[in-house]
Amino acid sequence: MVTTTSQAVRFRRGITLPILLLVVWEVSNRTGIVDPRFLPSLEEVVRAAKRELIDNDLLGDLSFSLMRNIAGFLIGGVVGIGFATVLALSRIADRLVMPTFNALKQISLLAWIPLISVWFGFGEQAKIVFVALAAFIPIVLNTYDGMRAAPDDLIEVGRALKFNGRQRALRIYLPSAMPSIATGVHLGLIYSWLATVGAEYFLAVGPGIGGLVIAGRERFDMAMVMVGVIILGLVGFTLNRLAYSLESYLLRWRPKQNA
Amino acid sequence: MAAISETSGHAGPRFSWPSRKRIGIGLTAFILPVALLVLWWVASDRGWLAEQILPSPVFVYETARDMIASGEILYHTAVSLRRVVIGFAIGAALGLSLGVAMGLSERVEDYVKPLFLAFAQIPTLGWIPLLMLLVGIDETLKIIVIAKGALVPMALNTFTGIRNVSPRYLEVGHALRFSRWQRLRLIVLPGAVPSIFTGIRYGLTHSWTSLVGVELLASSEGLGYLLVWGRQMFWLDTVIVAMIAIGLVGFIMDKSLNNTETLIQRWKKGEA
Repeated sequence: MVTTTSQAVRFRRGITLPILLLVVWEVSNRTGIVDPRFLPSLEEVVRAAKRELIDNDLLGDLSFSLMRNIAGFLIGGVVGIGFATVLALSRIADRLVMPTFNALKQISLLAWIPLISVWFGFGEQAKIVFVALAAFIPIVLNTYDGMRAAPDDLIEVGRALKFNGRQRALRIYLPSAMPSIATGVHLGLIYSWLATVGAEYFLAVGPGIGGLVIAGRERFDMAMVMVGVIILGLVGFTLNRLAYSLESYLLRWRPKQNA
Repeated sequence: MAAISETSGHAGPRFSWPSRKRIGIGLTAFILPVALLVLWWVASDRGWLAEQILPSPVFVYETARDMIASGEILYHTAVSLRRVVIGFAIGAALGLSLGVAMGLSERVEDYVKPLFLAFAQIPTLGWIPLLMLLVGIDETLKIIVIAKGALVPMALNTFTGIRNVSPRYLEVGHALRFSRWQRLRLIVLPGAVPSIFTGIRYGLTHSWTSLVGVELLASSEGLGYLLVWGRQMFWLDTVIVAMIAIGLVGFIMDKSLNNTETLIQRWKKGEA
């Protein structure tokens, strides 16, 4: 833009509101305006975090959640890209399967949970299936769209060079769909984290960050809930960052569009 | 019917006439669902799977019929829709204002955006337990959660839309000595409309997902409640009917938004 504000000013502005928020929080707590059960003091939140970290197994919970997330995401992603490739390359498969897929994807993700819990139980298997489903849908959609948008002249070249199916898939469709696949993977990563949280809320058996939050709510322990929510946010943020760098790494061969 | 049976009689990989081709494509789409339905029916008829794990399609159909006739499904759908409409309206209005404010003023952006992004990182589901402690499990909880689902995509897309308005248009406005208000009304807002629409669509989808989530966790009516209740009673027929209803409502909302979008953006046709 025209006006360029210095980095330092922007930073100062950026941290103003959060600091103000913390001050208001602390003051309203100290003066007792707000019931401390609803708004525990900062100290208490830190204490809860320490307690969960040292006495209880916070890191264990976190790693369980992450494992589920990654396992589901990988399964959903690999199956999704394969599935979409078949649909994009074969017209018959496309016509046979795509309408059904489009109809099923209308069902809101969380609505699958009751059915999944009946079919797969409440254990690890059900959670991973659900997370995989969450990653699967956006990855299929984006991969499919990307491959469908492969430039005609490249396809022509493939025809001229008498590429077989595998060559066409690997040398033309996959590379030209890369940006779109990256978008799908990014969305899949975000959705799978949402699904991990959802799975841990609704299929509440076994360790996990979602379980921690739910337990905090049941005990009316606001500090514990806050710790859990902050961790949920931090993990979401990290995954998002990761997806960004993965995206730019995968697309590093592409000329930069905007500086 | 005659045309259909004729096509299937010739059914080769290639059809010679476009009209038949289209019929062929339409028919192919139904092969898989019909095959699945037959498989489902056979599986439950032969008792391959217990009734509690997979009720027969006939049973699901009868349940659906009963629930429609008794008005039960309509009632729960109406409850859910009401929540989404109110929550979405609040969330979208707030998100739009926030997006416009951040988009127009760099100062507001600097102050608000970091905090906003930090809050946005936490998945909607993450807020539910916290809000439950704060506001209980009444209607307020549902509205807040749904509104939050709409607010984030709405604000972000509005913001991006405004920021991405081509500088060339702004220059034209400058040359024509547009006032601030004219610039906003004639250049910035129309330019941001496509992006705002994306925000509305994502917002509505998120609202709908959030609704299902919050109703699954805490509700005594609505489609999400129907899911939980059916699950607890092991009435999978009810669960499946509720899932279909959720899918249909989602589909109809998406479709009608799509149509509105094309309607509003008619003027763009000449471009590109």
